[in-house]
Amino acid sequence: MPPYLHHVIAGFIVLNVVVGLVTYVTLLERKFAARMQSRIGPYYVGWPHGWLQPIADALKLMMKEDVVPTAADRWVYNLAPIAFLVPCVLIFATIPFAPGLGVADLNIGVLFFLAVSSLEIVGLFMGGWGSNNKYALLSAMRAVNQIISYDLPFIFAAMVPVLLAGSLQMSAIVAAQAGFWFVFYPGLGQLAFVAFLVATLAAENRVPFDILEAESELVAGFRVEYSGMKFALIQLAEYAHMIGTSFLGALLFLGGWLGPGSEQWPLLGAVWFLLKAMGIFLVVTWVRWSFVRIRVDQILAISWKLLLPATLLLLMATALVVALQGVRAV
Amino acid sequence: MTETSARQVVEIGYGGSERLVMNMGPQHPSAHGVFRAILTLEGETVVAVDAVIGYLHRCHEKLAETLTYVQYPSIASKTDYVAAMTAELAYVAAVEKVGKIDVPRRAQYLRVLAAELQRIASHCLWLGTWCMDMGGALGGGATVFLYAIRERELILDLFESLTGARLLYGLHQIGGVRYDLPEGWAAKCRETVAVVEQRLTEYEAMLEDNSFFLVRTQGVGVISRELAEDVGVCGPLARGSGIDYDLRRAEPYAAYEELDFKVPVETAGDCFARYRVRMVEFRESIKLVRQVLDGLPAGPISSRPGVKSVGQVRIAKGEGYSRIEGARGELGCYLVADGGPKPYRLKWRGASFSNLAVLPHIIPGHKIADVVAIMGSVDPVFGEVDR
Repeated sequence: MPPYLHHVIAGFIVLNVVVGLVTYVTLLERKFAARMQSRIGPYYVGWPHGWLQPIADALKLMMKEDVVPTAADRWVYNLAPIAFLVPCVLIFATIPFAPGLGVADLNIGVLFFLAVSSLEIVGLFMGGWGSNNKYALLSAMRAVNQIISYDLPFIFAAMVPVLLAGSLQMSAIVAAQAGFWFVFYPGLGQLAFVAFLVATLAAENRVPFDILEAESELVAGFRVEYSGMKFALIQLAEYAHMIGTSFLGALLFLGGWLGPGSEQWPLLGAVWFLLKAMGIFLVVTWVRWSFVRIRVDQILAISWKLLLPATLLLLMATALVVALQGVRAV
Repeated sequence: MTETSARQVVEIGYGGSERLVMNMGPQHPSAHGVFRAILTLEGETVVAVDAVIGYLHRCHEKLAETLTYVQYPSIASKTDYVAAMTAELAYVAAVEKVGKIDVPRRAQYLRVLAAELQRIASHCLWLGTWCMDMGGALGGGATVFLYAIRERELILDLFESLTGARLLYGLHQIGGVRYDLPEGWAAKCRETVAVVEQRLTEYEAMLEDNSFFLVRTQGVGVISRELAEDVGVCGPLARGSGIDYDLRRAEPYAAYEELDFKVPVETAGDCFARYRVRMVEFRESIKLVRQVLDGLPAGPISSRPGVKSVGQVRIAKGEGYSRIEGARGELGCYLVADGGPKPYRLKWRGASFSNLAVLPHIIPGHKIADVVAIMGSVDPVFGEVDR
């Protein structure tokens, strides 16, 4: 089998797993939010507890009429969901789900992840601009502001484990955490993890930083004009990005697939990895359903005045520690 | 005010700081009904706001001229459908004033009971929708909304067992109230207010210990005392701006004279001050409900016998104005009677209407996100604005 065929097959499998995961993560979030809000959540579609609901939603969105506003910039408008979806799915390419189980374990995996995940802004802005809608335009403006501001702290926070492990390769970072997850690294680990979570919220446009969706001000933000399958693609991309970032967090700070029995059975390692990522996802969801949204100027102030200097200092402190102690043996 | 300059609008021209005119409403997730605000934006900052009302106009005042004194109270409740008891009470109070009709003491107490429970229910809805404006239907705001609605439902259950209705009650009638408390109602009411009181503490913990909530509300939408007096805002807005005025105390109606309650006043005038005023009002209302249940006098609930036809209640020629403190502020009803079974003329003075007039004064200079926070803190109900 030529090596590229291996990547193609692995990519196909990962893509399908991601789509399935996204579909069911929405159900998880809805059930979780319902518990928080003393509701039941999806219940009737599929027994028990509405487990067919995501399928029904997907089918519904596929069958919806696809409305293109007459005043829209058709090319930009139609391409935007794809331009938004591709980077959000591409980030899964470098994530190893268990030793040797992934599409491509690049030696610059973390860098690839961060670079590609920043690209989503292009699709987002295309959607906001191409819709020719004032709400969408404002939302796109906010998106550019916010994502540029939060990419730097996000990258700095993610660089802390990279420095500690001394490698940008994801499998090497996990291997460096054997028996000692980076989140337990005294001081640095916890601070970096919290900074990573906050920056994650902003990079994923989740409450309290969801000003670009902001449905009480901008109705639905940049996707206000999208319907049917294009809307579904945008939704898919958002959740894929969110899950991808949760996987990255679990990998950088929570030891990836490491856990009891993961040495003997790599698949069990993948389950551990998934559980850890879902844990991060639930924390993000928990925050989402308990905070009110903050204003655009306050978001920028938090990023530039607090988070950016803090993560930069943290990175420098880590570099100092690593320079004095040396990298943990890989 | 930037009002004159706001008329010279440059549509977005991709150059520099051009102005963008954006419609917020009448169909908008946070329009609180059907309110249309034409915002003029410079980037994210609102430089002018043009408020357009009237989408929910239902000729209420004209309707009152065509309906008899017996029929109209249950229609009056449709002006402010979030706090339906309030308008009913204002109408019957005006009729009783003009017709010089006595109201038995028990009925007066029951009126206070209904009014205070209604205030709790109305403030519950306000808290929920306001937080939803700030937090979004897909965020923490929705959580507060669902919690607050859960409590409002408890109050509505009480109203349902009292009057048979959950939204528009028809409890008040000329000369008293229509229904007496059913068996076991008082005990259930005590339980309910105890639950609400305990949950209020939870809300306060959830909101006031949350710095995101504080930065969204403190210093936002400040109404100075002078502005409040000039524009004539009333209710929690006025009390949030340092005006110590409450009709229940300034001009007691029903049984308020005999009851003990505090009128909360805050001086900051921002959204947070208005929030604090309403949170204290919650507790004061609970206190009043308990006092009424403790001291409910025995006796008849209405001074008039029931009527066989709707035209049988007639009052003498005359005119009068009654005003009461609703959940949103001063609700006035001016009534002219000509001796027939229907009023000759009726004029509503809605609290939401006069409170809404403050928006163009305080919104310019704020960000778009603040517009919805300020609008929510004003707590307008458009049934009452447009009537």
